[in-house]
Amino acid sequence: MGVRLIGEPFDPWDLVRKREQVLPMEKLGAASVFVGRMRDFNDDRDVRGMFLEHYPGMTERELERIVAEAESRWPSITCEVAHRIGAVDPADTLVLVAVWSAHRIAARDACAEILERLKHEATFWKRERLTDGSEQWVEKNTPGH
Amino acid sequence: MTITVQYFARLREDLGREGDQVTVTEGVGTVADVWMYLHREAPPPRLMAAVNQSHARLDTPVADGDEVAFFPPVTGG
Repeated sequence: MGVRLIGEPFDPWDLVRKREQVLPMEKLGAASVFVGRMRDFNDDRDVRGMFLEHYPGMTERELERIVAEAESRWPSITCEVAHRIGAVDPADTLVLVAVWSAHRIAARDACAEILERLKHEATFWKRERLTDGSEQWVEKNTPGH
Repeated sequence: MTITVQYFARLREDLGREGDQVTVTEGVGTVADVWMYLHREAPPPRLMAAVNQSHARLDTPVADGDEVAFFPPVTGG
């Protein structure tokens, strides 16, 4: 299991590539990768930047628990999860969920499950900085998008 | 009984502090009791909580030495 919080811009594909260098790729027929990036708009607002607050200690534990429960439900999977913290600019990667498995269904379903649980359970909070310089907390994640 | 309380995100800003310390001898048995003791009103709607860094409900029991956190709905990902 690989779970990490990253306080600076990172390349999700670099993390995927590095992990694949140490995985038994001849046994992993499927990879499902989700990359979430920061938009410069939210609802009808233009957003210039964002701060991602977290709960040190609990956030790491929650991510590890979510991944461990997915690994228990789909024993064949291998996961790499990374989440940005701190100050973020538009187009920066916010989250990477990569799941490898022997077959496609486990990889695809586990990737979706980990992402949805992360969005609802992991202790992160977004504060947006708007174009007029004001800041506001995001009240909730967009449901079903 | 001593309980350490932490606040996060908008809740921390609204309250103007990062946390509180609760020291009581009786009457505080659950997460909701901790909130009521500190704020003298019912927990706001959609309030989330954790005990010792695990998600908790308002009726989750608390014990001496626990770390209780209150925060708004999470918005990661």
